Amino acid sequence: MMGISTGTLLLVALLAVHAVMAGELVVKAGESIQDAVSAAKSGDTILIEPGTYKETVYIDKNNISLRGVVVSGNWPTLEGEKIRNDAVLYSGSGITIENLKIVNYKGNGIMGQAGNNFVIRNNWIIDAGVYGIFPEFGKNGLIEHNVLSGIEDAAIYVGMCDNVDVLHNEVFDSVAGIEIENTRHSIVDGNYVHDNTGGILAFITPGLPIKTNYDVIIRNNFVVNNNHENFAIPGSIVSYVAKGTGITIMAADDVVVENNIITNNEYIGIGIAGLEFIAGVRSDPESEPNPDRVKILNNLMWGNGENALPEVKAAVQAMMPGERYVDIADISKGTGSCILEKDRYVSVGLDRYSTCKMTSTADTLTYTLPEPVEIREIAADEKGKAAYYGICAGCHAYSVKMIGPPTMAIQAMYQGRPEALAAYIAAPSKVREDYPEMPPQNYISEDVRLAVAQFMLQVEK
Amino acid sequence: MIRRAVCLVVLCALAAFCLQAAEPVSGQRFTLSTHCPPGFELARGSCFLRSLYQLYDSLRGAGVGGLKTGLAEVRDGFTPQQIDLGRYLFFDPLLSGDGSLSCASCHHPDLGFSDGRGRSIGVTGDPVDRSAPSLWNVAFLKRLFWDGRAHSLEEQVTGPLYAPDEMGNTERRLLTDLNANETYRRLFEEAFGQNVITANAVYTALTAFEASLISLNSRYDRYAHGYHEALSADEIAGLNVFRSFVARCAECHTPPLFTNQEMAVIGTPEPEGLPFDKGEGALTGDPTQRGAFRVPTLRNVANTAPYMHSGRFADLRDAVKFYTQGRGHAVAEGERLSLHWHIWEPDLSERELDLLVSFLHTLTDETFRPPMPDAVPSGLEPVGVVPSGAR
Ligand code: HEC
Ligand code: HEC
Ligand code: HEC
Repeated sequence: MMGISTGTLLLVALLAVHAVMAGELVVKAGESIQDAVSAAKSGDTILIEPGTYKETVYIDKNNISLRGVVVSGNWPTLEGEKIRNDAVLYSGSGITIENLKIVNYKGNGIMGQAGNNFVIRNNWIIDAGVYGIFPEFGKNGLIEHNVLSGIEDAAIYVGMCDNVDVLHNEVFDSVAGIEIENTRHSIVDGNYVHDNTGGILAFITPGLPIKTNYDVIIRNNFVVNNNHENFAIPGSIVSYVAKGTGITIMAADDVVVENNIITNNEYIGIGIAGLEFIAGVRSDPESEPNPDRVKILNNLMWGNGENALPEVKAAVQAMMPGERYVDIADISKGTGSCILEKDRYVSVGLDRYSTCKMTSTADTLTYTLPEPVEIREIAADEKGKAAYYGICAGCHAYSVKMIGPPTMAIQAMYQGRPEALAAYIAAPSKVREDYPEMPPQNYISEDVRLAVAQFMLQVEK
Repeated sequence: MIRRAVCLVVLCALAAFCLQAAEPVSGQRFTLSTHCPPGFELARGSCFLRSLYQLYDSLRGAGVGGLKTGLAEVRDGFTPQQIDLGRYLFFDPLLSGDGSLSCASCHHPDLGFSDGRGRSIGVTGDPVDRSAPSLWNVAFLKRLFWDGRAHSLEEQVTGPLYAPDEMGNTERRLLTDLNANETYRRLFEEAFGQNVITANAVYTALTAFEASLISLNSRYDRYAHGYHEALSADEIAGLNVFRSFVARCAECHTPPLFTNQEMAVIGTPEPEGLPFDKGEGALTGDPTQRGAFRVPTLRNVANTAPYMHSGRFADLRDAVKFYTQGRGHAVAEGERLSLHWHIWEPDLSERELDLLVSFLHTLTDETFRPPMPDAVPSGLEPVGVVPSGAR
């Protein structure tokens, strides 16, 4: 009896906490999504009802979900009218964006700048500008079940990230389908990639601040008919992608290509190159140029390479006069690469490939992390110290008069009363005749204000 | 009763410090601070940077990202004495060949540690090749100079000291002058424990001072740490243009330092009548690096006009407008440059340009500005030639 009632109480308590922590805000047609984001607290979900929303939504908070509500086939639509820059920008961690239709932006559909633990799924993105979905500088993310088309650069672009899965998306009529760039530990699995200029690309762009790209699994994808005219912006990296490229591996290391259906890509099925292949970009001595340890496991390929690079075609003709197609070409100086059942394909430049020892990546279910990247828990003492030296020390020194009175003097006044000190700095009043007024420090969050008050009272020099 | 006793202790402590602070003005006795400058914690005798940004991580520790992103690796760990000695050296014209210029003649605190000129004026009275960059936050830079040719502050400092058109000194003369000065000998002894002043000690002291010039408390930073009221609606709109994938400013001028520290070819124009500056390409001979410059920080940029390596743009509006006038529009005919892919045709509106400029003004923070010495050990007038616009 006792046990049950305690249990029930606990459950009720948990539910109550849940309700308070994770609120729902509803945005109706005619209202602004941004207003809801501004009002939202960490943990909240913003439900967006069908309607047309003409805005850029930016999320500079953690743990916010934007969730479209689709009713009878009517989607909530972010409309850029080709005058707005990006549809959704986020810098927070723990952001989920789902069920949105995004059309006619100039910049990106959804762009992340350093948010970790992101989920971007079930979105329908058409002609949203340069990139459809572009998380940058993020760790631990999932991009799944999105449909994207008509993108001037990459429909899905994972740039300078770690631990990202790109699953079950359809990308078409874009210059590049899916790009994995300067990123580590990523899986591109089960996507339908068709009618782009180039299908799937794993490469290093030189001149970026994070220099490596390795450990990429490209598996179970349909990579077909990627023969779209290249309509990229002149000078962009993908403007150098040849039309008809199925999978490109440029300078990336440890890329596994497994169990894909790669057909009718007229330039090449799988092309492997070093950085010397791209022209027109400042050479970066800090970027390692060769694709090393590529592993091509079992794949289904045919009808690729009818319009291959002339050198590649010539090499095929020299080996197999009259052959129309070529599936795989490696024109790089990479080392340590391997392939399974090489003789199934028409290939060029694979003489140095060994037979792979591994046959499958099936044991690797995901590269997302079992636990979210922690939003770093900082000890109060650390916070207080960072704020004291990082902010207060501009006006307060331990024993000397600066712009404000010395910390020693403040310690004498406030000893044992950190709350009072924290309250003062949020809304300072004029105290001393011979000092200017102290500017309010209310921009520092409440917990840090208390931490800095505690720190100020115990600092010793 | 207890309260009075406490007050007394405080007063005594205060008085002691007031005396010490008042002493050096006479010029007879210079002392070195035993305190770290603001922004630094004294630990084990040395000064270590503390900032709210240290509460955040950054992907692969690269110090680039978004709002709550950790900083790039910093040069810290100098002693208070080394930093303070560096401050005297920085403002002392004794460091130039003819005793006319100090570092501050071209990097003046009143002018964002720059000099307000398109191209700086050296000891010869003629302009040098480039504009003087701000020194705020140089502690984080892994490449120095516009063309990125130096890889540490110690290496960098030999540039201005010994360039005939800048400070026009020689190492020999510099060390002779300093060693002949009893005050400097005593101060170096205090800071470095050696009674003979070496070139390395001079470079270390200057580095220590420069690395103390930290600016991370702008209104933008308050926004970044989560206080969204710190910026006006227009300033936030400007931030959104800045980080948008149309303007793409944040792809190169990446927060939190507003530089990704990479070299980039963007094709800015030279001032009328001046030859093309090959930048990094002049050092390496690599044609793809022609016209490459290190992405400069934009912190305190509102205080450091004119802009770019050549000082070609008089104000921020012009500097920002450069980016929307067409990819390669200012590249001289016949010149072939490997322009960066983020330099494109963003087609920014006049309003967006205004918003960008208002956002750039939120990056101003000089709360940790160091005090200028009233006197320097050489007895020369501190700073020497004062750039116009400085007090
Ligand atoms: C821009 C300069 C400046 C900054 C930054 C600053 N202060 Fe102050 N502070 C002052 C001045 C000036 C006074 C004296 C005000 C007066 O007496 O009217 C003061 C007074 C105080 C007092 C004394 C209040 C009293 O009851 O007499 C406390 C406590 C204090 N500051 C704490 C802090 C803390 C903590 C921080 C950092 C979060 C901080 N200050 C940042 C300038 C500053
Ligand atoms: C005659 C003017 C002049 C003087 C004096 C001068 N500088 Fe400079 N400084 C410049 C110019 C111009 C540049 C940029 C040169 C280049 O990039 O080629 C520069 C660059 C620098 C940089 C590189 C900053 C960056 O962002 O890469 C540092 C650091 C620096 N100076 C420190 C000093 C120090 C320390 C002194 C004194 C020893 C000094 N300067 C004296 C004009 C001057
Ligand atoms: C491709 C990388 C890149 C992009 C994108 C970029 N910049 Fe720059 N920025 C640079 C480089 C490199 C310089 C120095 C160029 C020179 O001196 O010739 C510079 C210089 C500047 C300066 C002058 C700084 C000084 O101290 O003189 C300003 C202001 C500026 N950029 C603002 C912007 C704005 C605003 C945007 C977006 C509209 C932007 N930049 C986009 C690389 C970039």
